[in-house]
Amino acid sequence: MQQTRSVEAGTGLFVLLGMAALFFLTTQTTGSDTFSGSDTYQVTARFQNVGSLKPRAPVAMSGVTIGRVTTVEFDPESLEAIVAFEIDSKYDKIPEDSDASILTAGLLGSQYIGLQAGGSEFYLEQGSEVQFTQSAIVLENLISKYLFSSSSGNATNSEN
Amino acid sequence: MTGIFREIYYTFLDFLETFGALQLFFLRLLANSPSIFVRRFRLVVHQVYNTGALSLVIIMVCGLFVGGVLGLQGHSNLSRFNAEDSVGTFAAFSLLKELGPVVTALLFAGRAGTALASEIGLMKATDQLSAMEMMAINPLRRVLVPRFLGGVIAMPLLAAVFSMTGLLGAHVVAVSLLGVDPGAFWQQMQTSLDLRDVSEGIIKSIVFGIVGSLLAVWEGYNAIPTAEGVGRATTRTVVITAISVLILDFMITAIFI
Repeated sequence: MQQTRSVEAGTGLFVLLGMAALFFLTTQTTGSDTFSGSDTYQVTARFQNVGSLKPRAPVAMSGVTIGRVTTVEFDPESLEAIVAFEIDSKYDKIPEDSDASILTAGLLGSQYIGLQAGGSEFYLEQGSEVQFTQSAIVLENLISKYLFSSSSGNATNSEN
Repeated sequence: MTGIFREIYYTFLDFLETFGALQLFFLRLLANSPSIFVRRFRLVVHQVYNTGALSLVIIMVCGLFVGGVLGLQGHSNLSRFNAEDSVGTFAAFSLLKELGPVVTALLFAGRAGTALASEIGLMKATDQLSAMEMMAINPLRRVLVPRFLGGVIAMPLLAAVFSMTGLLGAHVVAVSLLGVDPGAFWQQMQTSLDLRDVSEGIIKSIVFGIVGSLLAVWEGYNAIPTAEGVGRATTRTVVITAISVLILDFMITAIFI
């Protein structure tokens, strides 16, 4: 009897430890989506070029994550990209004329949407569209522009 | 020439037969599992202790050192790209998605699978299973199902413990020994890891638990009832489990990507 009891205690301890490990892995190693359970409202924005923006990329204002990108789609009529993102409903005082730009975290980091506050007295709400947007800066375009300008500069030099 | 083809044909037929018998055996175990789990819960608990709690030490020690190696390798290789801070991400991805479930399954086959196979094989060799049948006790329900269930329950928990101690090992090596910033270690891990990645590892460990326990119980139950037969069954358990786990790992990973 004594032995069965210690076996059962050992099993209980093992299962508890395993559950604790599972809990640790699911909560501590993954990103904590603070607003994943809370209410959100959907906002859309149109961009000329979204770069490598992906669903679930953060939406940040003043550097603080306030939402997440839900979908990135291409609109065949306007030939623009439509990005839908959700913002935590506790941030419901974001001016309607705020400006959305696609930024990169660090030189080679992942891309996110940065919101720059506007001055309007009307606020973004469910279904509204951000009017002012700025496309992603594509590194290749910058590099080719730089290379092109420098090589043409060389060409003019050699002509002289 | 026809001899070779005949040989191949019969080998293939043999393989099909064994494979089909294994499926039927699996279905019989599954069909009996719920009633045993509810009515003879104590037997299952005892087997969770045997396969799970007694394997904890080897799992934790191996996890710690595998994590430590990931920390060392990750640091030395990532520092070539000035990305030492991603050691946490690197270790977490490797542990949660691959090494945790796979290495645990291999250790499980070596530590618990062999114990199950040899125990059941010896029961068969010493006619204990036949004696049970004489007493109108179904050995499948009394002996095999609790052991199968014990392994199925223990394996995901063991894999989780392995990954957790592995992360601890990586943290100790990378942060305490090599001086990676602890904030960067965890923050980079948390931004790049998803619940999907964790669930991939959990699904893998559940599948490996089912496969590992099934093969161990099957090999033991079908052992030739001699000393040599039990020994061979034990060896086969490890070999077949290792092969199936690695093949299944490839397939599950391919599904998830």
